[in-house]
Amino acid sequence: MYAFEFHRPTSVRQAANLLGKLDEAKVAAGGHTLLPTMKQRLAAPANLVDLNGIAELRGIERSARSVTIRAMTTHAEVAESADVKEAIPALAELAEMIGDPAVRHRGTIGGSVANNDPAADYPAACLALGATIATNKRKIAADDFFRGLFETALDESEIVTAVTFPIPQKAGYMKFRNPASRYALVGVFVAKRANEIRVAVTGAGASGVFRWTAAEEALKTRFAAKSLEGLSHPPEGLNSDIHADAAYRAHLIGVMARRAVATATGRE
Amino acid sequence: MTATGIGAAVRRKEDQRFVTGTGRYVDDLTRPGQAYAYFLRSPHAHANIRSIDAAPAKARPGVLAVLTGDDLAADKVGGLICGWMIHSKDGTPMKAGPHPALAQGKVRYVGDHVAMVVAETLAQAKDAAEAIVVDYEVLPAVVDAGEAQASGVPIHEVAPDNTVFRWHLGDKAAVDQAFAGAKHVTKLDLTNNRLVPNPIEPRAAIGEYDSGTDSFTLDTPSQNPHVARLVLSAFIGIAPEHKLRVIAPDVGGGFGSKIFIYAEETVCVWAAKKVGRPVKWTCDRTEAFLCDAHGRDHVTHAEMAVGEDGKILAIRVSTIANLGAYLSTFASSVPTYLYAPLLSGQYDIPAIYCEVDGVYTNTAPVDAYRGAGRPEATFVVERLVEVTARQIGMDPAKFRKRNYIKKFPHQTPVIMTYDAGDYHASLAKALELADYAGFGRRKRESARQGKLRGIGFSSYIEACGIAPSQAVGSLGAGVGLWESAEVRVNPTGSIEVLTGSHTHGQGHETTFAQLVSDRLGVPIDSVTVVHGDTDKVQFGMGTYGSRSGAVGMSAIYKAIDKVIAKGKKVAAYVMEASEGDIEFKDGKFTVAGTDKSAAFGDVALQAYIAHKFSGQELEPGLKEGAFYDPTNFTFPAGVHICEVEVDPDTGIVAITKWTAVDDFGVLINPMIVEGQVHGGVAQGVGQALHEGAVYDKSGQLVTASYMDYQMPRAVDLPSLTVGMTTTPCPSNPLGVKGCGEAGAIAAPAAVINAITDALGHEDIAMPATPQAVWRAAQRARMPMAAE
Repeated sequence: MYAFEFHRPTSVRQAANLLGKLDEAKVAAGGHTLLPTMKQRLAAPANLVDLNGIAELRGIERSARSVTIRAMTTHAEVAESADVKEAIPALAELAEMIGDPAVRHRGTIGGSVANNDPAADYPAACLALGATIATNKRKIAADDFFRGLFETALDESEIVTAVTFPIPQKAGYMKFRNPASRYALVGVFVAKRANEIRVAVTGAGASGVFRWTAAEEALKTRFAAKSLEGLSHPPEGLNSDIHADAAYRAHLIGVMARRAVATATGRE
Repeated sequence: MTATGIGAAVRRKEDQRFVTGTGRYVDDLTRPGQAYAYFLRSPHAHANIRSIDAAPAKARPGVLAVLTGDDLAADKVGGLICGWMIHSKDGTPMKAGPHPALAQGKVRYVGDHVAMVVAETLAQAKDAAEAIVVDYEVLPAVVDAGEAQASGVPIHEVAPDNTVFRWHLGDKAAVDQAFAGAKHVTKLDLTNNRLVPNPIEPRAAIGEYDSGTDSFTLDTPSQNPHVARLVLSAFIGIAPEHKLRVIAPDVGGGFGSKIFIYAEETVCVWAAKKVGRPVKWTCDRTEAFLCDAHGRDHVTHAEMAVGEDGKILAIRVSTIANLGAYLSTFASSVPTYLYAPLLSGQYDIPAIYCEVDGVYTNTAPVDAYRGAGRPEATFVVERLVEVTARQIGMDPAKFRKRNYIKKFPHQTPVIMTYDAGDYHASLAKALELADYAGFGRRKRESARQGKLRGIGFSSYIEACGIAPSQAVGSLGAGVGLWESAEVRVNPTGSIEVLTGSHTHGQGHETTFAQLVSDRLGVPIDSVTVVHGDTDKVQFGMGTYGSRSGAVGMSAIYKAIDKVIAKGKKVAAYVMEASEGDIEFKDGKFTVAGTDKSAAFGDVALQAYIAHKFSGQELEPGLKEGAFYDPTNFTFPAGVHICEVEVDPDTGIVAITKWTAVDDFGVLINPMIVEGQVHGGVAQGVGQALHEGAVYDKSGQLVTASYMDYQMPRAVDLPSLTVGMTTTPCPSNPLGVKGCGEAGAIAAPAAVINAITDALGHEDIAMPATPQAVWRAAQRARMPMAAE
């Protein structure tokens, strides 16, 4: 790790001001991606702006139609939240599947969506549920937020403050873990809302999270795992690595999608 | 059996400090004035070093020294050694290239040691290392052993075709003749995947130099500190043996990887004198992936010839062993004498022939890893046996029974004389515990849920208790493999046992104390086991090859014999009786035929106060030592049965049941033995399903972190069913055989036999990752799809 200046603002406004005026500043939320990278000397921000001192960034609120999770809420808090479990159980299950206990107790939803790791879980939920990502400057639809590998619509001094998820009629998330890292090799989030069915895929795409529209079409006839039988995603545009080549990932998208739908429809 | 004696499941004495965080590992130690070392490593797999400019690094803040191979050469520090001489078929000695502790003119794998920076802090050392300018001439790299032989890219001048040796064992003519008359021949191509050892505690070193006494100390997590001292002094020439103390305190796992004498530890000792400060180095996890000696990495073609009656006639094996870029300390012995002599398995096989090429590649050195050669042999034999049974249409259990060795001692055609065993008993118990009879029903139940169920056997054998010195000397070993012990009885009757064995997870502090408690009738808490310090223990050969029970404890046993003999002499004076009438039992010396007795502790006190006998009659004190050299290897053996359920949609393999029935001879502590079986099976399952070191074509290690290298996890393993059978080992006084490696030896073949049984074809390699199994399941389905 190289030397850096550490800042711990207590409000979003302070944090944004710091980001505006400091050179080579990075935001640290849970730090579970950034800090290991810094320790390996692969990242060397001159300034680190830690959001852990900002009380207004914590908490979960449920309304009639949506659940809002503030940015510094940890994965463990989401997984254990009675409101999330009741309103969007698939989201609580997704949070429970992230990393290991240490990661879940430090890692945050804001950090996850802002980092947009192509194998992260939350981007799939955001995209499938049609979430809205709130920042200190504006509100951004998930459709416009995720822009490729580790790329988002956020500008330099913009800080994610909350993610609002519309409550779906049915939803399910199923992930096939990378055998080593336990990140999603393929993760599929399916959601059925009053006027829309979405299938979002993480881990597999060469440019990050994406929607599988053919599956969405197939599910319109009937929202059931059976509707996806025989449907397969083409391998073009998918990742290949030592754990899974594109053909295997393509196959797994189908399997995980069917299982996610089965989970969504299996709830009483 | 007493509550703390041999055979009792005594809780581990050492765990109190381990689970309360009061263990003391090398990285926990801080020496006054300690400086920190960091190694600049080669980013290239193969390159000439045109020049190294250390000047910019030396100018960085906090830097005490930047040292390179030139400095080693100037100080006449020798290179690292391989301590086992192998001769090729044509009689020529193996071609060992130079192995400097810091590169001299050339780097040969990614992670090779280019320069050492010593600085006030680790961060300063790392900063300075980045300022070193190295001019590399990058050369083509070869990572695959077979390709390396034909590549025309010599890694060492001494071996133009990168072949260290072309070795063989067995009677080729007899084997060829047996194959010519065979009813059936099975042929298999097998890969034994390369593994990274991954002990939880990485390697570390603190080198110290005391100018007042002109002596050195090295603290390092070593499995054999005396061997390290011997090699560092006699071969590398860092310091005379009596001026070097090597201490291996608490050590967090070794699995073989801490047997070897590596560059970093060597250089820390040397540098301590050069900079006049203690020099500390702690390996980080990436460095461990790159530079700890890896394990396995064989490519093998194997054939089995079978007669009319289902009897095995012969085995023929040809193996290419990847030894990496340099010969590590015992590298040459692993794919030769620790491998081919085990190819008879548990079977009566008249003829065996094995040839092995040891090959240099631009990868990390390969050496012993839990099992060392024996897992590779078992994988060959047990894959051949299983596939042969399938091909000739015989139940695999029945095929094994037909070919098991039944009479002991049994001379195999490949050196070994098995002394004792009952292979039918292990198999019978394993079949019962595994509910083999109910497998068909379970397979049908799985099929109803779209899953493929399979069952696989592994009737493994290992040669442990390594080893009779004369025998290994005749095979090329540079050292003897006896063990030493000293039993020091204090005047109060408490006891220190000094042993040349080294515990790094095995629980010696408990099991060795159990032996003393059992034989001397003293409370286990009055016994302390001392190990891992060359200033305390006179000499020892260390712990590996499941040798600490059979060899290390036998030395203690012999020393205890001497303590009892001396105690009888003392007791005779104390009780005014003739020495011949003194008996010792349950912690008491008694005079035969009388009610006179003296407790062990009272006799110990009398030995030290020496009031009852004169110095002319008897030496005071009660302290005895012994060296024990075994007369044979020991032969632990058993049957492991793995049952799997494959999800053909994802390729995920779930191990639904694991049955291990082992014959380790007499058990000292069944709880610790069971723990060793669990750990060994976990590592063997890791090899079969998860672990595999992957280098890309350019020699970069792709799996250099846990992001890409999968260790087995708790969720990957079932609850194990562990059973035991016992045939005491006749060659040592305790009847013990050793248990540390069995699981890792047995497991891979059992897993792959189970998966191939489930799939219905043999085309799957280790590690059987979900992708590989899914693909193999697709192939299994194809003929049906075509119909």
